[in-house]
Amino acid sequence: MSQSIALSHDAHPASRGLMRWIKTTNHKDIGTLYLLFSLIMFFIGGAMAMVIRAELYEPGLQFVNPGFYNQLVTMHGLIMIFGAVMPAFVGLANWMIPLMIGAPDMALPRLNNWSFWILPFAFTLLLLTLFLPGGGPEGGWTLYVPYSMELGYSFPFLIFAIHLMGISSVLGGINIIVTILNMRAPGMTLMKMPLFVWAWLITAYLLVAVMPVLAGGVTMQLFDHFFGTHFFSVAGGGSPLLWENVFWFFGHPEVYIMILPAFGIISEIVPTFSHKPLFGRTTMIYALASIAFLSFIVWGHHMFTSGMPVSADLFFMFSTMLIAVPTGVKIFNWVATMWKGALTFETPMLFAIAFIVLFTIGGFSGVMLSLVPADFQYHNSYFVVAHIHYVLVTGAVFAIMAAVYFWLPKWTGHMYSEFWGKVHFWVSVISVNVLYFPMHFLGLAGMPRRVPDYAVQFTNLNMVSSIGGFVFGAAQLIFVAIIFATIYGGKKAEAHVWEGAHGLEWTVPSPAPYHTFTTPPEVAG
Amino acid sequence: MKYRRLLAAAGATLLLAMGIPPLGARTLYNLPYGVTPISHAIYGLNMMAFWIMCGIAAIVFGAITWSIIFHRRSRHPKPADFHENTALEVVWTIIPFIILIVMAIPAARVLIRAENVHHSEMTVEVTGYQWLWRYTYPRWNINIYSRLADSSLRIAPLNSGLSPYSTPHYLHAVTHPLVLPVGEKIRLLITSKDVIHSWWVPDLGVQMDANPGLVNSIWVKILKPGIYRGQCNQICGWGHAYMPIVVVAKPKAQFLAWVKQWRQRHPLAGAASPVSNPDP
Repeated sequence: MSQSIALSHDAHPASRGLMRWIKTTNHKDIGTLYLLFSLIMFFIGGAMAMVIRAELYEPGLQFVNPGFYNQLVTMHGLIMIFGAVMPAFVGLANWMIPLMIGAPDMALPRLNNWSFWILPFAFTLLLLTLFLPGGGPEGGWTLYVPYSMELGYSFPFLIFAIHLMGISSVLGGINIIVTILNMRAPGMTLMKMPLFVWAWLITAYLLVAVMPVLAGGVTMQLFDHFFGTHFFSVAGGGSPLLWENVFWFFGHPEVYIMILPAFGIISEIVPTFSHKPLFGRTTMIYALASIAFLSFIVWGHHMFTSGMPVSADLFFMFSTMLIAVPTGVKIFNWVATMWKGALTFETPMLFAIAFIVLFTIGGFSGVMLSLVPADFQYHNSYFVVAHIHYVLVTGAVFAIMAAVYFWLPKWTGHMYSEFWGKVHFWVSVISVNVLYFPMHFLGLAGMPRRVPDYAVQFTNLNMVSSIGGFVFGAAQLIFVAIIFATIYGGKKAEAHVWEGAHGLEWTVPSPAPYHTFTTPPEVAG
Repeated sequence: MKYRRLLAAAGATLLLAMGIPPLGARTLYNLPYGVTPISHAIYGLNMMAFWIMCGIAAIVFGAITWSIIFHRRSRHPKPADFHENTALEVVWTIIPFIILIVMAIPAARVLIRAENVHHSEMTVEVTGYQWLWRYTYPRWNINIYSRLADSSLRIAPLNSGLSPYSTPHYLHAVTHPLVLPVGEKIRLLITSKDVIHSWWVPDLGVQMDANPGLVNSIWVKILKPGIYRGQCNQICGWGHAYMPIVVVAKPKAQFLAWVKQWRQRHPLAGAASPVSNPDP
């Protein structure tokens, strides 16, 4: 402990080279590690998606066997959720929360180091399963029982990997809560906190609340598999529906873990480039909190076709529809923030506007999916695939990209190329819609998800979708090129990068020095 | 050929993106209207929700577009300073709430109707296996094992060298269809013998999971004779894409004739059929 205090007085990392990154307890270093890790996972998961889209380009099997296809589908989901989106948000939290609340670092720096370094091991374990006899896990990221009981060697690896990811997330979540509640600069009251910090505070509570539920659930699966228990097996008095309930009790808050920080990011970016304060700040915070609360009582909407009683269907339908109210409030408030502003359209703003529009489309299909009888047709079809990708890719991932462009000058001290940023934006936003919009039609027309092959009437739309997918995938190479070009060069960035921005992070130089706010800043009353 | 298909799909996508719903019972761009009272009701819910969403989209996206055009700095250099309006916040909390109630009431009604399996005139048991369906008619002791038709099975494997276009209904054809009478309320008891499957036929407006060890019930009343196709919709292993569902709906008299014929051909009631029928 005393050592870490001593270190914090140095202006530079204590070690050089690789050891700096392994031993670091600095929130900026750890933030960078999280973000780079997420970028790598985004490309691994993306490469799997490219194979999936290549296979679905035409009916008939061209590239992979159905078994391997199922593994790709499963791994793509697990990697994108636990490897790409969540670590990206945690990376942003690490970098920005201390800077935004005027804290010198995260409250628990060693825990912070550990919660990151668990992840590479977790994902090595998970990815290793692809090389085991029998290959990786199948059955989708939902790991439904009893299909998961048919898995071979990959099963224990999968469970252990999920445990590690869960530990990492819970530790990260605890660290964020402790930091926000204890390390704010004097004068930074809770209601004065930036929306990104608010969103993360609420998200961190969700993490701490539901990751243990997943851990408990997969442990029950592990016991069923190896130690003769029957939690999920009817033969021994259990039920496969118990797993569905446990999984989605985790799973629905989980999807909000992936979107609430995005709401926070958009609430930072839209006012900055509208040159106008955020509309309805207090309502925005209450809306975040209500969405988080509702996330715990809607899990059954993932199970409308599982044979729940009508009363349960009705309850989950009504509770799910309620979510549209606070989410709508957020969207209306963002639009009201833009209204009569003086809008400028730098790359972060472009991604933020695309987020608002496309996330709203994802919200529309979400409301449609909540109508139980209609869900009897939409359920597990490509309509759902379209829905989840509108909220997760054009939602969460677009927000992450907006955040990267927004704060990259602060991290690197260089401006990114606005021209290439805009190229990346326009290619992405067009191709992503070519990729996902036709999936709505495929689902309505009756194409199930998670199939490697399909009836010929679905060919046209799959071709369109695949072409969009390839372009969207390729466009992300531009993103990587921009990031590395900005790290290694480019126009010097000022401390106050964006004219319309407010907040403590813009009071420190760019790039942010290794240690910031070692004495707390003054927060204006 | 491929290019033209692509173009047609792009055109149709555009058309629907403009909010013009295609007409006709079976389309590639919307839910099927279907042939059961429930599928009709679902289609109605779907269209109601779709148009409401279009209305909201017009307002929200209209406001965003207006802002982008008229409130850009080059046209509107001085930003306004307002950032709060309680009345407005209350309005846009309450109005969506009312819209949701408008959608929830008919949805709840349809749901209660869809799940009411009482007073059914006939029962068929549907059992999922990796990877086929078994249909049992308890009244006549008929057991049908319904697998992917050989015509598709030959084409399906990697590097089969055969084109999926060379057979009608690739992956949607079975060895023996489920035959049902038209105009009767039929209760389906759905279960599984191994992993979770899901019995989904869009034209019937039915999707119900087949859970091992548990029995789910749902009903259909088919209004029009015809052949209706669907497939398993819960990932269930290697052959998940290869367990189609084909329902052949016949008028009552023809259905009874089919029952009689089946029983004559399979004197050992309850045994699986040894011979393959041609694709329906």
